[in-house]
This record gives sequence, structure tokens and C-alpha cells, in this order.
Amino acid sequence: METQQQDLSKAQPVELPDNIQVGPVVAPGHTLATVTDRIANAVLRRKIGLGWLFGLFVAFGVMQLLVVSAGWLFVKGVGIWGINIPIGWGFAIVNFVWWIGIGHAGTLISAILLLLNQSWRNSINRFAEAMTLFAVMCAGMFPVLHTGRPWLAYWLFPYPNTMSIWPQFRSPLEWDVWAVSTYFTISLVFWYVGLIPDLASLRDQSKKKYQQVIYGMASLGWRGSAYHWARYEKASLLLAGLSTPLVVSVHTIVSFDFAVGIVPGWHTTIFPPYFVAGAIYSGFAMVLTLMIPVRKFYNMEDFVTMRHLNNMAKLTLTTGMVVAYGYMMEAFYGWYSSNTYEFFMIKNRQLGPYAPAYWTLIFCNIITPQFLWSKRIRTNPLILWLISLVVNCGMWLERFVIVVTSLHRDFLPSSWQMYYPTIWDIFTYVGTLGFFMTAIFLFVRVLPMISIFEIRMLLPSPMRIKEPAKEPAR
Amino acid sequence: MIIEKPEIHGIMAEFSTAEELIEAVRAARDAGYHKMDAYTPVPLEELHELLHIHDNRVSLFTLIGGLCGAAGAFGLIQWVSSLAEPLNIGGRPPISVPTSIPITFEGTVLIAGLTAAISMILLNGLPMPYHPVFNVDRFANASRNKFFLCIEAEDPHFDRTKVADFLQSLEPDEVAEVAN
Repeated sequence: METQQQDLSKAQPVELPDNIQVGPVVAPGHTLATVTDRIANAVLRRKIGLGWLFGLFVAFGVMQLLVVSAGWLFVKGVGIWGINIPIGWGFAIVNFVWWIGIGHAGTLISAILLLLNQSWRNSINRFAEAMTLFAVMCAGMFPVLHTGRPWLAYWLFPYPNTMSIWPQFRSPLEWDVWAVSTYFTISLVFWYVGLIPDLASLRDQSKKKYQQVIYGMASLGWRGSAYHWARYEKASLLLAGLSTPLVVSVHTIVSFDFAVGIVPGWHTTIFPPYFVAGAIYSGFAMVLTLMIPVRKFYNMEDFVTMRHLNNMAKLTLTTGMVVAYGYMMEAFYGWYSSNTYEFFMIKNRQLGPYAPAYWTLIFCNIITPQFLWSKRIRTNPLILWLISLVVNCGMWLERFVIVVTSLHRDFLPSSWQMYYPTIWDIFTYVGTLGFFMTAIFLFVRVLPMISIFEIRMLLPSPMRIKEPAKEPAR
Repeated sequence: MIIEKPEIHGIMAEFSTAEELIEAVRAARDAGYHKMDAYTPVPLEELHELLHIHDNRVSLFTLIGGLCGAAGAFGLIQWVSSLAEPLNIGGRPPISVPTSIPITFEGTVLIAGLTAAISMILLNGLPMPYHPVFNVDRFANASRNKFFLCIEAEDPHFDRTKVADFLQSLEPDEVAEVAN
């Protein structure tokens, strides 16, 4: 009886009524063999296409902007950026928060949806986790560059040193060091553990010696033993359980960077939940931005079906509504606090010099996702893709508005300043986009972009599928 | 074809479906075999009961790792702020629990997560690039679409012909000896 229950929870996708559900999680007609071959062949047999080469070339070229602007930063220091007093946090922190937020959807998909038994996430978790890792790499660059002396960034970690100084453990910025480095490490470990059985599949499917050696080493000699699977499943579940509070903690701590300060517009208790929702919102938008073209170009429509797009669109809408609530509460709090500075801050945001940024963000993040109420739009990949781009822009603007409008006019009018990014700010930011896209392009060619063994588990009643006899039994 | 070799790892039967494999494992257990392993492209929880897999060490090590991480991070903060480098900022106490919570939490998750992954890998005896089962050509399908049962030579009841006959009687797709 007990095994039967486990079997049900494991093998069968949660069935929803027909009017809610849009198509299957895996297109019908697939077997264990076809699933393995289709996903593995995208890595092992597919020829390097001109489109992929062109894309990689462009992304790699754009990444050079990062190399050049970081190099110039090392020579000249942070003075090449647009930051000043009082806006000491400019693009660097805006981009940091934007990138790390994008990463959060990957962990939500891989960990939280696993614990909630949402088996549809099996098709997208690998890709989303890869996106998480690359986004966190991009995010991590900015605070390090922003220190001005990046070669001394290791001072952020506690280690015995001849100067007898230690990090300030009561500073949210130090908490951030721990949160982001733990987040990156655990995401990497979770991702790699998920890859082990698939790397073994690649090892066994590849015909070329060098592939067999590389994938064989990377798979650690995985052979699918029942004893191994038992420990494996347990470790995966534990990692999911640990990642779930971790992902919430990371953006909470990022929001503490702001909320612990006394700056009007930052010093609010709504920041942690509002930041976490915003992170997941922007992350889902980025998953859609990447997944919609990739499923098309790599013919993965059988595994990333309309059901997935529909579900992700719904999650985007939901988190978008939470974010909208956050914006409303910020405005309400500014008025209800009866605090001169808070009220001025919200008026300045809406009517001051950065008002266009504020109203564009409201349009991008509140108005645009409302289209997702329509099922026809949720199942139209092109429109969904365009909406996801708008949301990405909106979430970047949100961080810009939070960082810049709060700082540029704080308590004393004599210290007010305007903030304008320089060309180096823009190059650094665009350069990380190039880095991110380069990493994504390489990832889809060398690793299975969809988790093969987890798709096998999604096959309808995987226990009973008899392969059609293609080769005569010897 | 059965190749004669002085010593073998075991005898392996190949099945096309998980159900056939589970039935085969049940039959082998009922026939008195204990040293056996199943190789599958998907995790099958039914096998835990049949193969007596009750290993909770991954969870235990993860718990220990998490507690060590928590104690380590919390202890480090308190040691630094009270002994190594006490800073008096506005008269705040040197030992402060609330400001230690975020880093203690991160330390817990960091060490627990690493222990979960590393203990899983090491308890599984990995990395192990070579294993006798890889000598069976068709075993490459264990990571694709086939389900294998291997009765190992270490089993006290192991007898080369008897085991081969027994596995044949389960109507597998293929039976092969696993060279050592």
C-alpha cells in the first residue's frame, strides 16, 4: 500500500480539470528511448548550425564590452561610472539586484516546485537552473567591481589575516556575501547532482571517444544502481528542501541591504516579500524569454509544451500582481506614515525628474502582465515572448527607481544630485548580457538542456510502457 | 552467448519494462538470492522494499553537516565580535543573536547542502569510472530504456548454470554473464 502511494505521487502528473489544463506535459507517443535520444542528440549528434555560431559570435562580441569596461575600471577606478555623492549606488547595484532576481526563478522551479510535486517542472528545471547559475555569476561581478579594488574582494570573507581585522558581521552587505556565495554554491551542487544520471546517458549514447571520456568522468561512473538511486533521490529531496528557504533568504537579504538603511523609500518592512516576489517575477520572465526561442530552434516542443508556457505565464501574472501590491503599498505607506520625507519621496518618484522611469515601470510591470489573464495570449508563444521582454525591462527599471530616486533626493536639499549613467555603466551592463548569452549558447551545446531522466519519469505510466520491437531479439 | 572466464561478477538479465524488472527482483528474492542489484534508467521506489534498501545515512550526515554549519557560523560571529575584534558601536552588546541569524542560516544551508551531495556521491562509491557491469555491451541501455537485474557471484547460493537458468525462466530479453 505504501509503495503504491509513493508510486502515485512519483509517477503521475497532477491532473487538473480539462478547462484549466492546456495539453499534456510531454507530447504523446514518446517512450523511454525516444525521450533519451531526442534530448541527447541535441548535444551529441546535432551539427553545429550557422544560427548557433552566429548567436555565439554576437554574444561573445558583446561580452567584450564587459572585458574592456572592467579593464578600464581597473585602471581608473569607479570614477568612470556615473556614481556620485549622494548616489553612491548606481548601475552596479541596480544590475546586481536585477541579475540575482532573475536567478530566483530557476531555484523556484527546481526546488519549490519539486517539493510541491509539480511534475511539469521536470521539463524546464535544468534550463532554468543553468540560467540561475549564469545570472548569479553576472550578479556577483557587480558588487566586486563596485568595491573599486576588485583584487581585494577576498577581504569580504572571514579569514585570519595579519591586519587582525574581520568582516562586519552585523552589516547586511556582509550577509549578502554569505547569501550570494551560498546560493551560488548550492545551486551549482544541485544542478550538478541533477546532471549526473544524464551525463551517464550521454556517455552511453556517444560514439566519439573524447565525448565518452569527458561525459564518463563527469558522470562519476554512474550506472543507475537501485542502491544509488535510493540515496540519490534522498539527496535531491534534501537539496530541494534546503534550497527552498535559501532562495527566499537570498532576496530577503538583498532587500535588507536597502531596508536596514534609513533612507526614505528603502526603510520599509514590505521590502523582503516584495523583493522575493519581484525576483521570481523577473526570473519567470527571463525563463520565458530564453525558453520560447530555444524550444523552437531545438525542436523541444514535445517536452516544453503549451502547458509549460501557460503555467509559467500564470506564475508571471501571479507574482506580477504581488509586485503591483508592493508598489501600491509603497505609495500608501508614503502617505499613511505622515512622515515628510517618506511622502516627499513618493511624490518625487511619481512627479520628479525620474517620473518617466517610474511610470514606464508601472506600465511594464502592472499593465502589461494583465494581458496574461487571456488564455489565448498565454498560449501564443510570440506575444508571450514579447510580454516577457517588457517585464524584464520593467523589473530593471524597478531596481533603478528604487536605488536612484531614493538616494538622489534624501533629507537635505543641499545634497540633492542627479544621477546619469556614463557610457562605461552601460557597457558593463550590456557586457554582462553578452556573458550571460555566451554561457547559455555554450550550455545548450554541451549539456542536455532538459533533464532526461526526469522526463522519463513523466511518461504516462512509465512502468508499463513496452518499447515497440525495432530490433529483433537476439 | 556465455563466455567462460575463471571468475565473473555475476549474471545479468535485461528487461524492457520496469514492471518485468520488479517482478524479476521479487522472484529472485523469493528464490533466496540476496546479493543482487537492479540498474534502471529511472528511480523505482518499489525496489527499496524488495532489495532491503534502508540507508538513512545521507539524511543523517546532512543533519550533522547542517548543525556543524550552524554552530560554525554562529560561533565564528560571536568569537569575532566578542574576542577577536570587539567593536563598540553605540554601546551595542558584543553578543547579538538577531544580527547573527542570516549568516548562521546561510552557513547551515551551505554545509548541509554540500554534505548531502558529497555523502550521496561517496556512499554510492562514486566516482568509480570502471565497474564490471559496463562489460556487458547492452548495458549502455541502462541509461536509456532498459532495466537490468544482476545476481552477483558473491551470493552464497550462486551457481553459474542455476542462476542463468533461473534468469532465463523469467523471460528476459537477454541474459549475459558479467565479466569481472
